[in-house]
Amino acid sequence: MIKAILIFSNQGKPWLSKFYQPYSEDTQQQIIGETFHLVSKRDENVCNFLEGGLLIGRSDNKLIYRHYATLYFVFYVDSSESELGIFDLIQVFVETLDKCFENVCELDLIFHVDKVHNILVEMVMGGMVLETNMNEIVTQIDTQNKLEKSEYLIPHFDNHDRE
Amino acid sequence: MSDIVEKTLTALPGLFLQNQPGGGPAAAKSSFSSRLGSLVRGITALTSKHEEEKLIQQELSSLKATVSAPTTTLKMMKECMVRLIYCEMLGYDASFGYIHAIKLAQQGNLLEKRVGYLAVSLFLHESHELLLLLVNTVVKDLQSTNLVEVCMALTVVSQIFPREMIPAENSSGYKDLTGSFITILKQVVGGKLPVDFNYHSVPAPWLQIQLLRILRLLGKDDQRTSELMYDVLDESLRRAELNHNVTYAILFECVHTIYSIYPKSELLEKAAKCIGKFVLSPKINLKYLGLKALTYVIQQDPTLALQHQMTIIECLDHPDPIIKRETLELLYRITNAQNITVIVQKMLEYLHQSKEEYVIVNLVGKIADVLVLNTVDTYAPDNAWFIQTMNAVFSVGGDVMHPDIPNNFLRLLAEGFDDETEDQQLRLYAVQSYLTLLDVENVFYPQRFLQVMSWVLGEYSYLLDKETPEEVITKLYKLLMNDSISSETKTWLIAAVTKLTPQARSSNIVERLIQEFTISLDTCMRQHAFELKHLHENVELMKNLLPVDKSCEDIVVDASLSFLDGFVAEGLSQGAAPYKPHHQRQEEKLSQEKVLNFEPYGLSFSSPGFTGRQSPAGISLGSDISGNSAETGLKETNSLKLEGVKKLWGKEGYLPKKESKTGDESETPPIPQESTIMENVDQAITKKDQSQVLTQSKEEKEKQLLASSLFVGLGSDNTISLLGKADTVSHKFRKKSKVKETKSGEMTSIHNITCSSFSSLSNVAYEGDYYLNTLQDRRDKEFKKFSLNSELLDSESLAELHLVEKLSNCSLSTPSLFDDNNMEIFHPPQSTAASVAKEISLASSLLEETTEYIHSNLIEVCNNETVSVSSYKIWKDDCLLMVWSVTNKSGLELKSANLEIFPAENFKVRQGCLDGIHHFFHSDVLALWFRSSCSTLPDYLLYQCQKVMEGS
Repeated sequence: MIKAILIFSNQGKPWLSKFYQPYSEDTQQQIIGETFHLVSKRDENVCNFLEGGLLIGRSDNKLIYRHYATLYFVFYVDSSESELGIFDLIQVFVETLDKCFENVCELDLIFHVDKVHNILVEMVMGGMVLETNMNEIVTQIDTQNKLEKSEYLIPHFDNHDRE
Repeated sequence: MSDIVEKTLTALPGLFLQNQPGGGPAAAKSSFSSRLGSLVRGITALTSKHEEEKLIQQELSSLKATVSAPTTTLKMMKECMVRLIYCEMLGYDASFGYIHAIKLAQQGNLLEKRVGYLAVSLFLHESHELLLLLVNTVVKDLQSTNLVEVCMALTVVSQIFPREMIPAENSSGYKDLTGSFITILKQVVGGKLPVDFNYHSVPAPWLQIQLLRILRLLGKDDQRTSELMYDVLDESLRRAELNHNVTYAILFECVHTIYSIYPKSELLEKAAKCIGKFVLSPKINLKYLGLKALTYVIQQDPTLALQHQMTIIECLDHPDPIIKRETLELLYRITNAQNITVIVQKMLEYLHQSKEEYVIVNLVGKIADVLVLNTVDTYAPDNAWFIQTMNAVFSVGGDVMHPDIPNNFLRLLAEGFDDETEDQQLRLYAVQSYLTLLDVENVFYPQRFLQVMSWVLGEYSYLLDKETPEEVITKLYKLLMNDSISSETKTWLIAAVTKLTPQARSSNIVERLIQEFTISLDTCMRQHAFELKHLHENVELMKNLLPVDKSCEDIVVDASLSFLDGFVAEGLSQGAAPYKPHHQRQEEKLSQEKVLNFEPYGLSFSSPGFTGRQSPAGISLGSDISGNSAETGLKETNSLKLEGVKKLWGKEGYLPKKESKTGDESETPPIPQESTIMENVDQAITKKDQSQVLTQSKEEKEKQLLASSLFVGLGSDNTISLLGKADTVSHKFRKKSKVKETKSGEMTSIHNITCSSFSSLSNVAYEGDYYLNTLQDRRDKEFKKFSLNSELLDSESLAELHLVEKLSNCSLSTPSLFDDNNMEIFHPPQSTAASVAKEISLASSLLEETTEYIHSNLIEVCNNETVSVSSYKIWKDDCLLMVWSVTNKSGLELKSANLEIFPAENFKVRQGCLDGIHHFFHSDVLALWFRSSCSTLPDYLLYQCQKVMEGS
């Protein structure tokens, strides 16, 4: 299963962290720090799988990451996940983000972290991969956006009434 | 945390609803459920944290009363659980209810069970000790025919049971589903799914990966099931065209599965080709996976490693440390006698470069593992290399390494191998190398390494020729004065000094050390220093307490503390109060407080001598001490009683399953054909190497050399050892039982000395000497025993007849007997000459067979002018022997002796408990002993015997 999903910048600033196992706030911060420490030192032309990371649990954990321009996408998984499978899942995730935000950039993730979480929920739930079909995910997200917009209209309408 | 809250809250309405219908007793029920409602309402209405605390404490105390009341029904209990969950959720301790939650999960009907399980899963965590109580319930529910119960059990297992307690991957029950999985996979691979499922034109790749994993579990070690999946695996391999990452992922899983299930040669060939593609791929991710696959496969098919040896060598120098590490992992699996030096060297090189703690811990463990394993199988090329490599491991691994490593290393040194001289050389080398290391100035060694050094120096410095113990002590002293050394290490150091002190001739340094540390602020150090000081004052005792090269001997501890019986008896005879157990004291204290004492003040019972009018209670209590101390020893671990529980679960997990697994692993697959092929390949490759050498550049040549040194010995004879090394990380040293039973007696007496040396009785020193002497005697084997066999008699009447004869004979022969038996070894002080005679006679009356077993000291039970009765206990393998010796001191004829055994409060004579009473007469000694299969025969017998004597 997937233990954790992290997104952080080249400077180690976390923009998204999602843990599928309970950790205390402090431990979460330490994990992020340790992960950044592990990942940031690595060159561009080395492999994308790492073992280790003492904090997140037992040694059979693997760390699979991808580096896009200014962002690191890191997945912590246990031995029951396929490395290459997860590796491509990151690609799917990023492509989905790109579709939903239309040319996604770091700022999108910073200012719309809720949406990023929503997209992630469509793909991974409880540490299990739920959906890998990009079109399906995008459709769901669009529906949500529409719902949100209509919800947003109603209170607005109410306020208008009161005035 | 939020999902737990969610779970709880979703459970609540269900509970309310459940209680709505119902006839008569509905009122009682609804009062309970409404109490939860009112609790929740009450808490939400509160304004301060303080008020909440008060309310909850109130609630908890009422809950505590309810759950422990016997009248509480399961239904009420269910309500209580929900309220407890609520309290616990708010952060208050509700641990008193945990056991009731477990009970509810055991006993309740479906809904109550469900609440019980929910409460358990919220209350307990995976290392909670109460979890063991749940195991049986869960096992029972897993076998239930009710699907809901099975689901509940599975849920709780997945939530709280530690991983090792879950029988992993027990696929045997699902073999019938294999067909369905294969059909699904066939459809997926065949492109029967809608295009929506495609990812980069690969049909549902993640699903394929999952299916292949499932098939791997199903087909493991099962030929029939495996045969079903050969076709679909073949097709998967064929269909997966190498164009995208995700197809590589499928291929990787496919290869993994092919090597896991029952083998089929065609598929294996294809899979091997696939691995080749991975390993040779320029993409680093694929190379990494290729190495991983090789590591896995190499246990079954070492030839593959030979095919790719040059690639592996290249990977060793890869810029990416991850690839390097994976390569080392691969090499670790193929270590054997011939290539161990090269592989360990490569590992050490990597170790010196890396800084990550995880890597160091992992790699140090592996190196130590390889070294130790191979040394046990006498792989290690030589002692020097072994010790030096271990030194490197300790220096680098330092304090982050697993504590087992130094422990195992020391055990290896101590227990040694089959060859004693070889062992001594290894130890000597270790001592020498450590002394050299300690000579280097301004070098800081990790604490663990220093601890290892101090132990080895303490134990084996006696092997040195040149350096004297004083020099070693000086070095240790220098370390002790170093501020950078932790107090734990200092304790090791001072222990080493203590071991060396008896061997040293001059003791200036030791005295200085004692002076220095008896005023230390560290209490632990101070205690050690004082111990050393006291021992140092009695060198003889010290030598016996700390024998040279005895670290492997088992020390037998006399748990009943029977060696103190004499001390206790003496204390009692001097008017000391008999020991009362703590609870008795407290009871008495309570009763004294409540009731007025109408008894007149009694006279003090200070009658001289043990034979005085002592209350039986006093003596039996006195001898009870031993029994009590044994009991407290047992009670010390205040944990769950697990005797009698079927051993279904162990630390390693589900036991029966585990056993069968290891059995499978040790099975040797059919090798002979392969091995010959391998040899051929090996030869072919080396030939090729030789022919190519001329044309290759120097660098290439080096690599070839490395390859040949790394992959040497991957031939037939090493296959088995390779396979054996499947999961070797936790391998332990081979334990050799070197315990000699004859020596255990000695150790007991040594133990006795230590205890008696600290007691304060005036004659202790003398006693100590006596024990030392007997000990020495036994060691030197000069202490010949009387041959007593002829005097073993069966019936009392016969014995009586013989007694007269014997007594007359022995009065003449006794002096010569003493001469024969080297009695002059005893050198008692002149002042105690009178009692010496007694001691000698007591010593000589120890039965011959007794010295082979653990036995207690000879204790005089009682005496008068003519006879004295002494007793001791012998713990044999199968029984407890109690021996009484009656000594005639007067020289008059002993007409008759009666032994009566009375059944009494603490002791009942039972058939089977006493096998028989034996006795014999020798000179003026009558010895009685009987066997009992019960090893904890109470000391009450002693008292009875004493009473008989008094009567006679």
